Amino acid sequence: MFKKLVTGAALALALVPAAAFAAGGEAHVEDFAFSFEGPFGSYDQNQLQRGLQIYTEVCAACHGLKQVPIRTLSDEGGVGLPEDQVRAYAANFEVFDAELDDFRPATPTDHFPENNGVGAPDLSLMAKARAGFHGPYGLGTNQLFKGMGGAEYIASLLDGYTGETKEEAGTTFYENHAFPGGWISMAPPLSDEQVEFADGHANDVHHMAQDVAAFLMWTAEPKMMARKQAGFVGVLFLTVLSVLLYLTNKRIWAPHKGKKTA
Amino acid sequence: MSGIPHDHYEPKTGAEKWLHSRLPIVGLVYDTIMIPTPKNLNWWWIWGIVLAFCLALQIVTGIVLVMHYTPHVDLAFASVEHIMRNVNGGFMIRYLHANGASLFFVAVYIHIFRGLFYGSYKAPREITWIVGMLIFLLMMGTGFMGYVLPWGQMSFWGATVITGLFGAIPFIGEPIQTWLLGGPAVGNATLNRFFSLHYLLPFVIAGLVIVHIWAFHTTGNNNPTGVEVRRGSKAEAEKDTLPFWPYFVIKDFLGLAIVLVIFWAIVGFMPNYLGHPDNYIEANPLVTPAHIVPEWYFLPFYAILRAFTSEVWVVQIASFVTGGIVDAKFFGVLAMFGAIAVMALAPWLDTSRVRSGKYRPQFKWWFLLLIIDFFALMWLGAMPAEEPYASFSLIGSAYWFGYFLVILPLLGVIEKPEATPATIEEDFNAHYGKKSEATPAE
Repeated sequence: MFKKLVTGAALALALVPAAAFAAGGEAHVEDFAFSFEGPFGSYDQNQLQRGLQIYTEVCAACHGLKQVPIRTLSDEGGVGLPEDQVRAYAANFEVFDAELDDFRPATPTDHFPENNGVGAPDLSLMAKARAGFHGPYGLGTNQLFKGMGGAEYIASLLDGYTGETKEEAGTTFYENHAFPGGWISMAPPLSDEQVEFADGHANDVHHMAQDVAAFLMWTAEPKMMARKQAGFVGVLFLTVLSVLLYLTNKRIWAPHKGKKTA
Repeated sequence: MSGIPHDHYEPKTGAEKWLHSRLPIVGLVYDTIMIPTPKNLNWWWIWGIVLAFCLALQIVTGIVLVMHYTPHVDLAFASVEHIMRNVNGGFMIRYLHANGASLFFVAVYIHIFRGLFYGSYKAPREITWIVGMLIFLLMMGTGFMGYVLPWGQMSFWGATVITGLFGAIPFIGEPIQTWLLGGPAVGNATLNRFFSLHYLLPFVIAGLVIVHIWAFHTTGNNNPTGVEVRRGSKAEAEKDTLPFWPYFVIKDFLGLAIVLVIFWAIVGFMPNYLGHPDNYIEANPLVTPAHIVPEWYFLPFYAILRAFTSEVWVVQIASFVTGGIVDAKFFGVLAMFGAIAVMALAPWLDTSRVRSGKYRPQFKWWFLLLIIDFFALMWLGAMPAEEPYASFSLIGSAYWFGYFLVILPLLGVIEKPEATPATIEEDFNAHYGKKSEATPAE
């Protein structure tokens, strides 16, 4: 019975990727290889810092990050800026202080400001609020192997403009491969060499799209590294516990099962 | 407590006797954990312990979450993010709680289907079964209300759709819906009462779990053969059973530990796999998500709910006979609750003399089909309400009802069951080694 189950499971696993390929052609979300994917993946600190720079210089004009406390920029396992830099960075933003009844420069304990100016969505959780990969057939097996694909979706969207535009009811729409429906009201936000990185890292749209997507994955899941660590420790301890219980169980049942004691 | 003869607690010292004559609590605990248990239980019997663990896990993590959560429409979503970002270990507590609900339902479904296959619902265990069904219903209510609390888009729209079901009840539906919601639409009052009930119901479940255990400790456990433990004498009973402690406690804990390895890996490495991305968007009454999909564990019943559209002839007949009182929407609601009701009635619908499905050659296949049907309905519940999914859902729903209302009653009459082992001891020894040495020493 057990053998049958194992064979069945192995067969199912072998078939799943085939089914996944067969179901291609849904959204045009490219499967970017991010450093934080999989149980062993971790954030690339340099990439997150580049992403922060892109967000600050480009995205922040319209999009807020209201759930993210600025101080977390110095957290380990994330962007990892030194605290004095975080303080200097915070001062770039103005926040409304209810006690002063006036605006003041932000401090690290403040959150990134909201930005409702042009009705652009808040980006704090965007990387978890989108799924790049679905199916096939709603079974979710793609996501099992590729992850939820939120960051891939963001990168594909930023990199997915075709250059075509259309006018509808006074609004300009831009054609985009990754956006559901194919037409998005956000103008292409990134252009090649728009942001200059201090270390001279590649700054074409394709690379910048990935950098800012990685940064937004961090804003959505800042504790990913700690979570994976807890995952490893837990799985390890529980595995050891399982082995010990297996041996105990075998031993106590042995006299009743007519087999040799361990 | 149990009908199976076994040793009872005997107070020895003066202090023990003093306590025992006033409150026999030690004896109660002793009898509970030393209960004679059929020694041939297989690995499908570990899920009770997994369920007990889930309830404890959900209550403990839940109580911690409540310390940081704010049940208000303007603050709930942000307070969950506060837990995820600022509370020490908060992200683990929340992911454990969210995925703990999934583990809870995985366990309860396996537990229920184990009972359905081995005939655990049959006399004399009907009360255990009915109490179990009540626990299942309360779990669904608790799970549903818990999903509303983060106040994401799926929370809001799920609550809107599901409470809307009560609006389908003829005549009194709308007042009932308003009463449930605390207003004309899902709002702050709804969130607050769901929070209150989500906190309350697990303790009701805990109470029912005690009744559930009490009931099957009175009748004794079922077992894979469905053959009862011999109760003529203590010596006879001991040939069929072993005490729960340590034999089954250690075995169940082993099962639990292995399940938890997988569970912990999901929490640590893919905690959002079973959730819906839309629930990371704050609730917005003005924007309806493209697909409103319930959590995976509701999908089979959601598929049954949606299967009965106004084009289905059963629905049309029902509508005609009742003069339009039972419309398609209300019929769907009745079907959804009916799907659980027919399962609860299994003890009286199954007419077979043989308890365990192991010895029922035809039943086995119908049961396998029921499992396939369950998974098919789960998949269909996540699909959009259009063809061909609608027709498949209808077929799947029909089989679900057919299994309980037609197949179970008929099979008992037409099926020729195979011979069951005379005793549990015989079954056990057939599996394990040399017969004479295999008999318990004491």
